[in-house]
Amino acid sequence: MKIAVCVKQVPTREWQPRVNEAGTWIREQDASFELNEPDAYALEEGLRLREAHGGEVVVCAAGPARVQQVLREALARGADRAIHVEDAALASADGLATARALAQAMAGEAFDLVLTGLQSDDQGHGVTGVALAEYLGMPHSTIIMEVAVQEDSLRVKRELEGGWFQWVTMPLPALLTIQSGINQLRYATLKGIMAAKKKEIRRVAPAALVPAIEIASLAVPTRSKQTQMIAGSPSEAATELVRRLRDEARAL
Amino acid sequence: MILIIAEHQRGSITRATWEAVASAQVLAAGEPIGIAVLGANAPLLAELSAAGVGEVLSVEHPLLESYTSDGWVRALQQVLAQATPRLVLLPHSYQTRDFVPRLAARLDAPLVTDAVGLEGTLDALVITRPMFQGKLVARVKPVGPGPVLVSLQIGVVRAETLQRSSVAPVRSLSVALEPSDIRQRPEPPFQEAKQAVDLSQAERIVSVGRGIKTRENLAVAERLAVALRAELAASRPICDNGWLPMDRQIGSSGQTVAPRLYVALGISGAIQHLVGMKGARTIVAINKDADAPIFEVADYGIVGDLFEVVPAIVSALQQS
Repeated sequence: MKIAVCVKQVPTREWQPRVNEAGTWIREQDASFELNEPDAYALEEGLRLREAHGGEVVVCAAGPARVQQVLREALARGADRAIHVEDAALASADGLATARALAQAMAGEAFDLVLTGLQSDDQGHGVTGVALAEYLGMPHSTIIMEVAVQEDSLRVKRELEGGWFQWVTMPLPALLTIQSGINQLRYATLKGIMAAKKKEIRRVAPAALVPAIEIASLAVPTRSKQTQMIAGSPSEAATELVRRLRDEARAL
Repeated sequence: MILIIAEHQRGSITRATWEAVASAQVLAAGEPIGIAVLGANAPLLAELSAAGVGEVLSVEHPLLESYTSDGWVRALQQVLAQATPRLVLLPHSYQTRDFVPRLAARLDAPLVTDAVGLEGTLDALVITRPMFQGKLVARVKPVGPGPVLVSLQIGVVRAETLQRSSVAPVRSLSVALEPSDIRQRPEPPFQEAKQAVDLSQAERIVSVGRGIKTRENLAVAERLAVALRAELAASRPICDNGWLPMDRQIGSSGQTVAPRLYVALGISGAIQHLVGMKGARTIVAINKDADAPIFEVADYGIVGDLFEVVPAIVSALQQS
């Protein structure tokens, strides 16, 4: 089975948000980046399916040059090769524009299965994967908790809201967005990191990007609720919190 | 026209649909409002027609009896071609997330998901939405020819603000659908083994997030839960790791709760978690990151190391 896994590089969880002078994007020079966590589950699922059914895992990413870091990381975890759709403007591109750029680079590969994470931890549109299925002409299903490969079809367990699930069958080739927690992640071994250095990363320049969304401004949110911040040493803050919960909020 | 795509599950119109109608009423400024619904029965149509809108567009077809992404995209593509709305509003539900990006791609129409606010006119919409896990908020403009598709975050508008009115006409729209258009074969939805804990009934909840760091550290939170006579719950990553069972998860994929007291320990406050707990009467957040979005919904906040603060709260509770 020829499997593509689309991954994104996003700011780390520890990143303190700072916006650029124009107030339209983050200050990239302050940020450090990592593999988008939901995509890590998609990658793990792709590696497990290859182990069970054979074939190859091709990891695909759209973004500026820095994105090579997460492609190397994915190769170190076991992906066979990589496709990098490289353009500086992809750093802040919306989901539809990103999906179009990925589709151009992936269309000629004739993948049997394309996996993506549920959404990205940066812009969080939750759009790229499903739109990519449309551009590649594949059926799709989202928020997948289990994947069973049959002859030339897939039976997948979709998560619905409020603890409900549903099995859906569809023909291959297909695209799935994977729910976080579907599997236990593996991490790169030293051997994997060494092997990754020799693996191919094919660079592709996308056609001119056509945005569907313009970010007019980006800012730290203002608090709508009056939060009482309680200062002091841990024991002082704890005593004061208990007093307020008992006397003010009557919550104890 | 502003067109709302209604959603129904297990025989009821979802609450988020009414929230979308209420949003449209605020935004409309004279623009007609319509509701489109696929595969709805007569009682649901009657309910929708009393929602204070201009008309209800009903699409019935044997292939729309169960939800499929292919069926919904194919049908809605034809609905939008007939109704020619300028703005389409949808609830940002799992079902919308399953089909609306594909619909936008097919129509080549701009799509803004997870919106928390809409301002301006229909010609110059500015849409507010969270980014970077709620650490930042963006104001975005849709680009390109319409219709503009916008999915609204659940719970941002109160469904109770809906202005109901006299009964609107129901118009049937016909769509062309072939069995070969629909590649997904859905099976009936099911629940896993009955949920052991019903957190929605809990008076007090102590909830843990990534800040707890290890499974062993859960004992710190457990001691606070005992001292408060509270149930223990968690955000998604903790349950994904298997540290607590899935039925103790709070958020969009878990339970929605509204206890008297909710204590969030080391939870940053991603929107998927907030939608499950922001109805709590009193919210306490303890987090080492002063910028964590959880502090935006908290009544009381302590910035600090939960491993120092939580034991101090336990002893303060024992002394009081």
